[in-house]
Amino acid sequence: MTGGQRRRTCGAGWRAMLRLLVLPGLLLLAAPAPLHAVEPDEILADPALEARARDLGRELRCLVCQNQSIEDSDAPLARDLRVILRQRIEAGDSDEAAVAWIVERYGDYVLLKPPLRGDTVILWGAPLVALAGGALVVFFAMRRNRRAGNGDGP
Amino acid sequence: MIAETGHLALILALCLALLQGTLPLAGAARGHEAWMKLATGAALAQAAMTMIAFAALTLAYIHSDFSLRNVFENSHSLKPMLYKVTGVWGNHEGSLVLWVLILALFALAVAVRGDRLPLETKARVLGVLGLIAAGFLAFSLFTSNPFERLDPPPVDGRDLNPILQDPGLAFHPPFLYLGYVGLSVTFAFAVAALIEGRVDRRWAQWVRPFTLASWTFLTTGIALGSWWAYYELGWGGWWFWDPVENASFMPWLAATALLHSTIVTGKREALKSWTILLAILAFSLSLLGTFLVRSGVLTSVHAFAVDPARGVFILAILTASIGGALALYAMRAPSLRPGGFFAPVSREGALVLNNLFLAAGCFTVLTGTLYPLLLDVVSGATVSVGPPYYEIVFVPLMVPLLILVALGMMAPWKRADLAGVLSRLKLLALVSVVTWGIAWWWTLQSSPLPAFGIALSVWIAGSVILEYGERIRIFRCPLRQSWQRARRLPAASHAMNLAHFGLAVFVAGVTASSAWQTEIIRTMAAGDRQDIAGYTLVFEGAQMVAGPNYDAERGSFLVMADGRHITRLEPERRSYLVQATQTTEAAIHTTLFADLYVVIGDAVGDGGHVVRLYHNPLVPWIWGGALLMAAGGAIGLVRRRGGPP
Repeated sequence: MTGGQRRRTCGAGWRAMLRLLVLPGLLLLAAPAPLHAVEPDEILADPALEARARDLGRELRCLVCQNQSIEDSDAPLARDLRVILRQRIEAGDSDEAAVAWIVERYGDYVLLKPPLRGDTVILWGAPLVALAGGALVVFFAMRRNRRAGNGDGP
Repeated sequence: MIAETGHLALILALCLALLQGTLPLAGAARGHEAWMKLATGAALAQAAMTMIAFAALTLAYIHSDFSLRNVFENSHSLKPMLYKVTGVWGNHEGSLVLWVLILALFALAVAVRGDRLPLETKARVLGVLGLIAAGFLAFSLFTSNPFERLDPPPVDGRDLNPILQDPGLAFHPPFLYLGYVGLSVTFAFAVAALIEGRVDRRWAQWVRPFTLASWTFLTTGIALGSWWAYYELGWGGWWFWDPVENASFMPWLAATALLHSTIVTGKREALKSWTILLAILAFSLSLLGTFLVRSGVLTSVHAFAVDPARGVFILAILTASIGGALALYAMRAPSLRPGGFFAPVSREGALVLNNLFLAAGCFTVLTGTLYPLLLDVVSGATVSVGPPYYEIVFVPLMVPLLILVALGMMAPWKRADLAGVLSRLKLLALVSVVTWGIAWWWTLQSSPLPAFGIALSVWIAGSVILEYGERIRIFRCPLRQSWQRARRLPAASHAMNLAHFGLAVFVAGVTASSAWQTEIIRTMAAGDRQDIAGYTLVFEGAQMVAGPNYDAERGSFLVMADGRHITRLEPERRSYLVQATQTTEAAIHTTLFADLYVVIGDAVGDGGHVVRLYHNPLVPWIWGGALLMAAGGAIGLVRRRGGPP
């Protein structure tokens, strides 16, 4: 090991902020560390189970990081969640049951894909509304355009 | 002394910007010629002052003048010279000076090159740019002064965050800023057009180079950032839908839409009102991105409340420019005369759909980025919006857009000719579907989606080749004649084809790298071998090496394929001395079709190391594609001598 003191923080939040060179004050508070995420000793022996754990882990948030999944984070809490997730899967939980088990303890906040509930309807509806609304605007504009353009149209 | 010169220059620049932002606008409104003519001089002088300020700060960094707080906090005497210089914008205060410098340079471009603009228009455009510059110069001077002194001066600095000491990240911000700030010129032209109530072919021609340049810079900047993330972060990801990434992606989407709608406005004088709105929105999104990133509101709504001075200042700039422009738009847009007629199925129609999907995509990213913040403020509830959300909502919006690329390029202007378009694309459609089937079968994947991505790429690339081939009548006339036809094509045509070809390459890269990555994580001791995707890696051990301002543990991997020696990969883990932090430096073997990506991790037990090996198929195509797109944009800027711009 080198002489430098090793500090473990979650990297992607910092990585992302640094991307635009943000908030020097914060940079001084916590220095970034290399990201290691999944360690060899966590990996399940059965590749099929491990693949399921990976896919589920990518949808679960590291609670002490910014916008980083537990698969990508090397924060101790993320590691704990990875281990718990794998224990649930090895115990025979279905994907839904394993995630539900974690959500029950950590809340919806842990889900990187927010669930559809009363206060996320707008979030999930936004793309559809934008597309449909835009399509309507285009439709009416075209119709008006056609009427106005009848004179010099083809 | 140098610092004081810079400080004074920055203050003078603010005064000049205020002059540039007031008298010319008033002069244009009242027909006062002398006042309007002030704009050019003020812009020149302001650019000179900003350059002096920037040069002074850079000199302070080069000389490691730690009596400046900014230099002390972000530099170190041992830092390599390249990173001393790039460290100027590696922090909040310095990056603002870079921002105002770029803004001043764009204004300079308008002042010097805009001699064909009507006097009123030029005065208005420079006036608006002056107002924006005044806002940011005041922001810099009053909340983020880079020339603040420390007394007594410290012996040495705190060093730049090691993660920023990297060529990819060093040049990422300037490109991004060139893109962001370039959109301010488009914005200024839009405001001028609204004041004058006139949007026509000429307006589109003035705006086009600035839109194109901004788009090219944004594309390059985002690609650099994502490339950096890919090789620096150590697990082969390249895009994370992080709010900060989204902050740069939204202006890019808007600029892309603007680029396409400006073409319609320039060619057919249609979509005027929409193009103006897009120009306003594109710059607004740049400002919003700046606000999100600079105010700390992303960390949490509460972090913003703790030290709101900076955030509130940017919010004020944001509100004034967006609010002012939109109010002007609401008043004046209805009076813009409607433009040329076109049939729904035509080149214009396709470009309208392009704008529809891009705008919906942009709105989606905006919603996803702001929703957690807004929900927290409104109800205190916390939700996370991460990559899985965007994969579900954003990707389906882009697929029709990508299919549309080919149809749009084949569609003629103005008139409806669906049958003609389809008959020209018949063969290509067949080839694409067959590609889909083969790719699906070949990859033995249960999901047909990745194979569909490859088919999409073939579809777009094929349509580019078809379009280009038809233009130069390749194989239908002697090659010499085709060559001459190619040389006579307008730059815009080369630009479009190259950029769309880049898009096809990009789509293939994204699809393949996300669907068919191979990953191996294990512990290796010296002498251990590991096979991955046709390569055999032999770990030869790790040793300590010393860098200029860090110590590193460097692993050595012999890469072999079919018993032949291919290369040696040497990933590092660096410990930066001053900041006591570590970074990983992945070692990457790049071929035309894939990256072999090696990261060395913690030492474990008796001489073993945690090792991460990745085989990322087509990943170089992601940045290759982005580069081709940017090259297309750059070619579009070429103005033929004597011809129209």
